[in-house]
Amino acid sequence: MSQGQRPLPDPTPETRHFWEGTRAGELRLQRCDDCRHAYFPPRPFCPKCASRKVSIFNASGRATLYSYVIHHRPAPGFTPPYAIAVVELAEGPRMMTNIIDCPQTPEALVLDMALKVAFERQTDDITLPMFKPAGA
Amino acid sequence: MKKKSVAVVGAAETTEMGSIPGLSQIGLHADAALNAMADAGLKPADIDGIATAGETPVTLAHYLGITPTWVDATAIGGCSFMIHVRNAAAAINEGLCRTVLITHGESGKSRVSGSTRPNPARGSLGAQFEVPFGVLGPPTMFTIPLLRYLKTYGVTQEQVAMVAVIQREWAAKNPRASFKDPITVDDVLNSRMIAYPFRLLMCCLVTDGGGALVLASANRARDFPAKPVYILGTGASVESPMVSQMEDFTSSRAFRVSGRKAFAEAGIEHKNVDHLMIYDAFAHLPIYGLEDLGFCKPGEAASFIGERRTAPGGKLPLNTNGGGLSYMHSGMYGMYALQESVRQMRGIAPAQVPGAKISVAHGVGGMFAASGTIVFSNEQP
Repeated sequence: MSQGQRPLPDPTPETRHFWEGTRAGELRLQRCDDCRHAYFPPRPFCPKCASRKVSIFNASGRATLYSYVIHHRPAPGFTPPYAIAVVELAEGPRMMTNIIDCPQTPEALVLDMALKVAFERQTDDITLPMFKPAGA
Repeated sequence: MKKKSVAVVGAAETTEMGSIPGLSQIGLHADAALNAMADAGLKPADIDGIATAGETPVTLAHYLGITPTWVDATAIGGCSFMIHVRNAAAAINEGLCRTVLITHGESGKSRVSGSTRPNPARGSLGAQFEVPFGVLGPPTMFTIPLLRYLKTYGVTQEQVAMVAVIQREWAAKNPRASFKDPITVDDVLNSRMIAYPFRLLMCCLVTDGGGALVLASANRARDFPAKPVYILGTGASVESPMVSQMEDFTSSRAFRVSGRKAFAEAGIEHKNVDHLMIYDAFAHLPIYGLEDLGFCKPGEAASFIGERRTAPGGKLPLNTNGGGLSYMHSGMYGMYALQESVRQMRGIAPAQVPGAKISVAHGVGGMFAASGTIVFSNEQP
């Protein structure tokens, strides 16, 4: 069984839209209005061309499994073994996440497998974006 | 002789290595510093520059009784000391100071005091977008890119295990190494699972220790008792504080940029390198390092290691102290890679590479977050 509590994010003014999005069931990314670069994690300017003209948009929630480890030691709020994954979003950016509705084994976690976002409520304020197999 | 050139004129590790419960973190810094100053025949009044990580230059200056005119508190993980060497060389060449002391000390095992591995600050991007998903220290982060590398190049876990096996061969030659008994690929693959695909023997040790260097202008190098080791070239770079945001999981941009800069500055080619240190916090790092520094093509480093090119008797002796996997790893290992390069250039390493003239020490900071590279020679440039 898991001991302790999973650490949760403290949103900042620059990231609040993202966490408000997950709470509303939306995966919000940003795109540069000048160079069209889509990026993550959030910041109020484009990390490619430094333009401050950026827009928030809702990502499709489709992703593929880019890489991961399966942690076998205890961590607060987790029951080992559990996978810590990095997924590649259909829009391009990558993000760290957990894979749910899937055995936490190398056999089940196949690189490049299709995934879709799942919004996992943690508290009234925080909902974490996780991913599950697209067919699940 | 090059007009502007800097040399290592003093180098030493802590008196003990591995388990040192009798010293706190600042004590380990001081023990190493006193040993390096003795090696250089210097007293505190002779030092006018301080660079350190883990502790601040203020703490160190006060503790050792030094009044510096130049300080560098660069603290970006285990390669900080490579970057201190790079910055100190520039400072000496610019006349900002004459004699620089660079120190490291860490009570990684005994935890007497100090901590150099703070969690990402509350509200930071790492704390918001990585920590909630169960990362807990380097074994859960540094390791994440490897499965992508293995799939991209068709490299096997057995090949990665071989890195640890060969480094143990080097460690067997080093009386101060923490682990000296031979191991096999099966031993590595059957050791306790930490974070799949990483088993215990693919992860670095956790020990106590420290090291220090003294740098001065090369035209003063002959005034010191020890054989000088010249700095031919240096490089540095950074990428992302979050491993999930690394551009390419099969290659480190920071490694590539830092390595290229150091090789270009030194004016050397890969075939000139007689000895190589690549910071090995985990078994995949020498593979990434060999490729990103340009010793191997992408995807070929594991075979290169498997063919014993970096093993005792091989053409490119790598991590000859046993590395972070078998020698020691206090937390910020870069200092020990530098120390082994200096020993090899002085001709006094336990596993001495006969006739070695050029040594490269390549460090990593954070989880592929930062990098520093130093090219040393025992021949005056």
